[in-house]
Amino acid sequence: MVVFDKPHALTDTPFHYCPGCTHGIIHRLVAEVLDELGIEGKTIGIAPVGCSVMAYNYFNCDMIEAAHGRAPAVATGVKRANPDNIVFSYQGDGDLASIGMAETVHAAARNENITVIFINNAIYGMTGGQMAPTSLVGQVTQTSPYGRDPKMCGYPVKICEMLSQLEGPEYLERVTVNSVKNARRAKAAIKKAFENQIAGKGFSLVEVLSSCPTNWGMTPDAALKWIDDKMIPYYPLGVYKDRSAKEEN
Amino acid sequence: MAKLTFNTDSCKGCGLCVNACPKNLLRLSKETINKKGHHPVEITDMEACIGCASCAWMCPDCIIKVER
Repeated sequence: MVVFDKPHALTDTPFHYCPGCTHGIIHRLVAEVLDELGIEGKTIGIAPVGCSVMAYNYFNCDMIEAAHGRAPAVATGVKRANPDNIVFSYQGDGDLASIGMAETVHAAARNENITVIFINNAIYGMTGGQMAPTSLVGQVTQTSPYGRDPKMCGYPVKICEMLSQLEGPEYLERVTVNSVKNARRAKAAIKKAFENQIAGKGFSLVEVLSSCPTNWGMTPDAALKWIDDKMIPYYPLGVYKDRSAKEEN
Repeated sequence: MAKLTFNTDSCKGCGLCVNACPKNLLRLSKETINKKGHHPVEITDMEACIGCASCAWMCPDCIIKVER
């Protein structure tokens, strides 16, 4: 009996990601959720700009490529025009937290009935490792060779905490995939985000802390440990908003 | 009995599966090189595998198929 295989919602195209990049794990979790909910045929994904720009090659569902940061705006249009389809956007931190900040905040404030998968790896991966809005204080990047200095560059943006202050969003959770246990929790969160959309509850965002071994200058294993040691203390895991759970209590 | 199948051509030799295995049965091959130029993963003792799929959960390239 096959207990684990590549999900149907992923194509056979090999991922172009660097060795040890957790984008592949998150792609698979999203695809497994599409399989389990049986929604692959009516799902429309919005690909971002960044490392995962070619996500449309990997997911078996319909995909649209959005301009940098505009995925929630494109998703809004797709969902409003086709309310019966399931719409998700898959965005990195340079895409969602930097140039797409306005689109993200307003989609959340409007409680658009879409699912956003937000990959936070604290760096601009595809362009070569520049400082992102989510880079940690003291983190060495191409554009902060002496470490991020908050006097000059401010402090990293905590998206889940920030959006949780809004009345709009339905569900916000931060997870990571640096161990099997955490990956299982991440899958549960992603599944809930899609179930919320199917139930018409509104805006669900899952922030996944991800690794970038190449631009962090670490081995894949050390990068996973760096998530535990440096990222989770600043970006604590957990549910930041879950309106339906609140109403049940 | 558990059986693992590796799509070694797509393996990037990152080693995340090696560290995920609770029985320490996986290693990166020292002798072979795959199409991409990486040392692909291999299993040292198939008999001892418990089929927990931890390796497959952590594989970023979905190259591991687990049967039990």
